[in-house]
This record gives sequence, structure tokens and C-alpha cells, in this order.
Amino acid sequence: MEKFEPVIVAFCCHYCAYTAADMAGSLRLPYPSNIKIIRVPCSGKVDAQHIVTAFEKGADGVFVAGCLEGDCHFKSGNARAARRVEFVKKYLEEIGIESERLEMVNMSAGMGHRFAQVATEITQKIRNLGPSPVRTTMAQ
Amino acid sequence: MITAERKPLEELIEYIKPFKRILLLGCNECVTVCAAGGRKEVGLLASGLQMAMLKNGSNIEIRQHTLERQCDPEYVEELVPMIDSADAVMSMACGCGVQQVAMRFKDKPVFPAVNTTFMGASERQGVWAERCQGCGNCLLGLTGGICPIARCAKQLMNGPCGGSTGGKCEISNDVDCAWQLIWDRLKALGLQDRYLDIIPAKDWRSGGGSGPRKIIREDLAE
Repeated sequence: MEKFEPVIVAFCCHYCAYTAADMAGSLRLPYPSNIKIIRVPCSGKVDAQHIVTAFEKGADGVFVAGCLEGDCHFKSGNARAARRVEFVKKYLEEIGIESERLEMVNMSAGMGHRFAQVATEITQKIRNLGPSPVRTTMAQ
Repeated sequence: MITAERKPLEELIEYIKPFKRILLLGCNECVTVCAAGGRKEVGLLASGLQMAMLKNGSNIEIRQHTLERQCDPEYVEELVPMIDSADAVMSMACGCGVQQVAMRFKDKPVFPAVNTTFMGASERQGVWAERCQGCGNCLLGLTGGICPIARCAKQLMNGPCGGSTGGKCEISNDVDCAWQLIWDRLKALGLQDRYLDIIPAKDWRSGGGSGPRKIIREDLAE
């Protein structure tokens, strides 16, 4: 059987996680190429529909990366994002997709190491979960 | 506004199971404001249904459309060009919208995607509370702008009852005693004497007690 390589969409806030990913690159830190980064002006910009559409189009995992608690450039965008992620997790369970496939993470712009670590851990977790049920059915 | 909440996905799937092409409708009015059935929720439900059905091994086609106001026939007319390409309609509007679509397109099954809940106001972002029961004979002028019909669990005309403690209703500590609110407000307005007026027992004929209600404006009706 062909080895499963997950597709993971990462919605990264411009002010923290996106820069942290950049930092990881500058530091030559390796992280899995499974992560497809989408830069957003704030994690609070990420709507439930964006996350659900990612799964609908075949993503095996999604994470939303926002600033550290209390550090949002727009005051409370990261807290809103966290609430939205919780809402979508419940919706995914209703649909029949494991909610573990979605995660909210927080980091600052200087945390290149953390970005690489989070990316590696999430990729491994999704690898263990296997392909998303939607992707499996789409392939058949 | 009229508030609503989406039905569980499982129930919706049961409705549309026998059909292949679904027209999923939203409404730009109340259900948009209470985040239950506007354009955004239609998109979210379409994706969810699509994935859930796909997982169950059936591929359905969902067309999305959000009407300006689903309870008005002139807007429902917009659906004429798209209705033939649908086997069934699912509406995220309130019960009025669902019925309006069902009445216009008699040969199409129309299913509700939300539970229409109450007439309410927004307390804060994401929180809506019941404020009016449409009793047809507004008492707010007598009760300091606070409705005892919608907000008193017993709908008392002359309260409070013995279950009012510390400003809260006996049914729950999260529910304010409407009559305490009325008294506090009348006092703040210097209108305490109104509290002494006995409000007579309500005639519920105007509140739906004599069957479905209708308003006919002779100057407007055609």
C-alpha cells in the first residue's frame, strides 16, 4: 500500500505564526512539507466556512495558528478564533470527521522552533489518524 | 427578530436522503442576524451535508441561494428559474419562509433546516433572549417597557409571585424576575403609582386564542 502523506492546511496569522514559519525557514529548521500555509491578517479572520471548506476539498487536517494569549494585534482575534475552532470541532463530529483533525495553536513571531515542532507533531498525529473520511470516499 | 437554531445534521440527512439535487435556501433577514440561516450558514451547511452524505456513500448536488426575504412572495418568485433543477428544497429560513416556499412550489418537497424558536433581542454578541410573544395587545406602556408575557414564566399580569427571590425567578437563577425588573424600572422613572393599577385578566383572542391571526390593511391590500 502506498504510504499515506496527509495534506494539512495551516491558517497562519501574519503577525505571529506566519513569521514564525518564516523564522523556522531562516533557521534552517526542517518541518514536514505536508503543511500548506495560508497567510491571514489575523487568526480571527478565519471563518468556520474556511475550515470546513478545507476539509471538503480534501484536507486531512487543519490548524489555526494565532498569537499568544493576550498578544493579538487586533486585541481578541485569537480568542475568537479559538472559540470558532471549538465550534467547528463539534460540527466536524456531527459530520463524522474526527475533531482531532482540527487544532488551534498559539505562538509568537519569534517562535520558529515552536512552529517547526507544532508542524511536525500535527503531521504525525494526522498520519496516525489516516486519511480523512471525506478524502477516502472521494478517492473511491 | 425571529430567532432560530439549526437542526441536528442527522435529522436533516434523514429528510434529504431520497433526493439527489437539493436547493438549499437562506434568508437575509432575521435568521442572518441570529446566525442561523443566512448566506454564511447556508455555505457551512452545504459543505457539512455534502461531506456527511459523501461519507455515507451518496453524492448529492447542492445548489445554494439566499433570498432577500423568504416570507415575501416577490422574493420567493426569484426561485422560479432554479426550482426545476432541484428534487427537493431545504430552507434555513424561519417557519414563515419555509411555508412560503412550500406554498409557491406545490410539487416540491420543502424541508426546514432550522427550528424557529422565539421573537427575541440580542443581549450581547452571540446571545439572544426572548422579548415578545406577539400577544396582540401590547402591555409595555403599563409595565415600564418590560414584558410580563414574554419574560415572566407564569405570564402574570400582576406580579411578582412568591417565587421571586433576590430579583431572580424560581425557575432558574439565570432568569430575572420580570416583575422585579418592572418594579425597579417604574421606581427609577418615578412611576410607582402605576404598579398599583390592577391589570385585568388578558383576553387571549388577540394572542392566537381564537385561531390563526391575520392583519388586513384595507389601504394596502389588493
